[in-house]
Amino acid sequence: MLTMENVAMAVDGDNGENREIIHDINLEFQPGRLYAVTGPNGGGKTSIAKVIMGIYKHSRGRILFDGEDVSDLSVSERAKKGIAYAFQQPPRFKGLTVTDLLGIAKPGMDNLAMRKYLRDVGLCPEDYMERDVGPGLSGGEMKRIEIAQVLAREARLSIFDEPEAGVDLWTIQKLLGIIIQRFKNNDHATAVIITHNENVLPICDEIIVVEDGLIKAQGTPAEIWPLIKDDIECKMKEQCRGEMLYEIE
Amino acid sequence: MKLNELDFNLLNTIADLKGVPSGALNIRKDGQAVIRHSSPNISITSLEDKPGIKIEIKPGTIDETVHIPVILTKSGFQDLVYNTFIVGEGSDVTIIAGCGIHNDSHADSSHSGIHTIIVKKGARMKYVEKHYGEGSGSGKRILHPTTNITVEEGASAELELVQIRGVDDTHRASTARVHAKGSLKLVERLMTHSEQRASSDIDVDIEGQNATAQIFSRSVARDNSAQVFKASLNGKTECMGHVECDAIIMDNARIQAMPALLAEDSNAVLTHEAAIGKIAGEQLIKLMSLGLSEPEAVQTILDGFLR
Repeated sequence: MLTMENVAMAVDGDNGENREIIHDINLEFQPGRLYAVTGPNGGGKTSIAKVIMGIYKHSRGRILFDGEDVSDLSVSERAKKGIAYAFQQPPRFKGLTVTDLLGIAKPGMDNLAMRKYLRDVGLCPEDYMERDVGPGLSGGEMKRIEIAQVLAREARLSIFDEPEAGVDLWTIQKLLGIIIQRFKNNDHATAVIITHNENVLPICDEIIVVEDGLIKAQGTPAEIWPLIKDDIECKMKEQCRGEMLYEIE
Repeated sequence: MKLNELDFNLLNTIADLKGVPSGALNIRKDGQAVIRHSSPNISITSLEDKPGIKIEIKPGTIDETVHIPVILTKSGFQDLVYNTFIVGEGSDVTIIAGCGIHNDSHADSSHSGIHTIIVKKGARMKYVEKHYGEGSGSGKRILHPTTNITVEEGASAELELVQIRGVDDTHRASTARVHAKGSLKLVERLMTHSEQRASSDIDVDIEGQNATAQIFSRSVARDNSAQVFKASLNGKTECMGHVECDAIIMDNARIQAMPALLAEDSNAVLTHEAAIGKIAGEQLIKLMSLGLSEPEAVQTILDGFLR
């Protein structure tokens, strides 16, 4: 459904020189699959996601959505075609409410559906529907509202950029669980989750490892998880004997 | 004098009036009262020594609204009016004011409203004033409101002063004195565009113990417009006061914000915040990623900010 062909992206460096930060990315996202993108910080994961959404302009290559070249389409046009992106750090808006944003995400959505999406991400609709998406909300609350918007959009391709970042430990598993539940074995929608979460990575359909702006490895969890497991799992676990009590169903 | 469709459109924009409401009402058009009626608890009478009206609300009047909109449709008309409001002890009322100017000519039209408001002991008053200008002429639409308000002991006053669009030149002067346990909340919302000029000068004396005053300003300046916002809070005793001005600047506009605090008592707690900035690129991108076009995203952000 979405194909990246030899996609590269360059930024202007500190000294005015052109610096390429992602290089010749070739990826194909199939309908109905759940992808995890992982890799070290600064490796290019978010840049790839933003290039797909059209937020960053790629300098080489082509992006095809259902066979159509969307390389020159704006963010709005790509959104209308069915691409959605949940920001890692969503911006705040003074004066716009949670209801306003959900209404923009899915025009015509009724009150009942809005309540359901808020409850899904662990927010009480009564407390949040009329709240300003401004400085009064915590980072974790902003993140959940962001995820609710992308879930509400019911886009054909949904990208979640580190949904766990900034969310309290108590809620991370539930939030990730809702995303997984929605997209695992769903033939109609495709999701890409940028994550380091050791519970999510093994249950996705495919893992893509991005490092230094390149795809370092790609395959099923059975192929990839053993290679990255040691880097991702807590190295101190043996010593501290901390037990992981939660589980994603 | 009858009201025509244009008049009703102006009245609807500034005072949400679709017809003639029940209750106390004074509609002033081109310097004359065209409709006036009092209610059992609210009397509206003409001032004897100068143009204007006196609105007296009986003590204990609860949940009543009085509408006193002004419209100017005669080109080049210069209107000056003095209004006095006495909000009786223990009452709880809403006053809907506002001024709309339609000017199709090359001559300037202006309205200067000078309001004296006294909110008596223990009363609550909400005052809403919207300003709006329209018309195809090159003549300016000018509004110069002056509001002097006294909040007596234990009373509360909330003023919402809004300039929607189309006003070329405005200078707003507001003064307030807040007495013991009284509370004042003054909210200004303003948008300027084209070559418009707007200034607001607010001066609040918090005179009584445990009184509070809050001033909030939200404004947007577009095109080549210019705004100046001055707000000064003077805490004379144990009291609390806060000034907040928040502005979005666009295009080639210019905004100056000057909150000032003066404490004359060591138990006065006064704070201020001021921020001016353009719409963040991230905000636009975020709304565009939900499917809005760039102009739609800008409009959504501005509408929310000025709501």
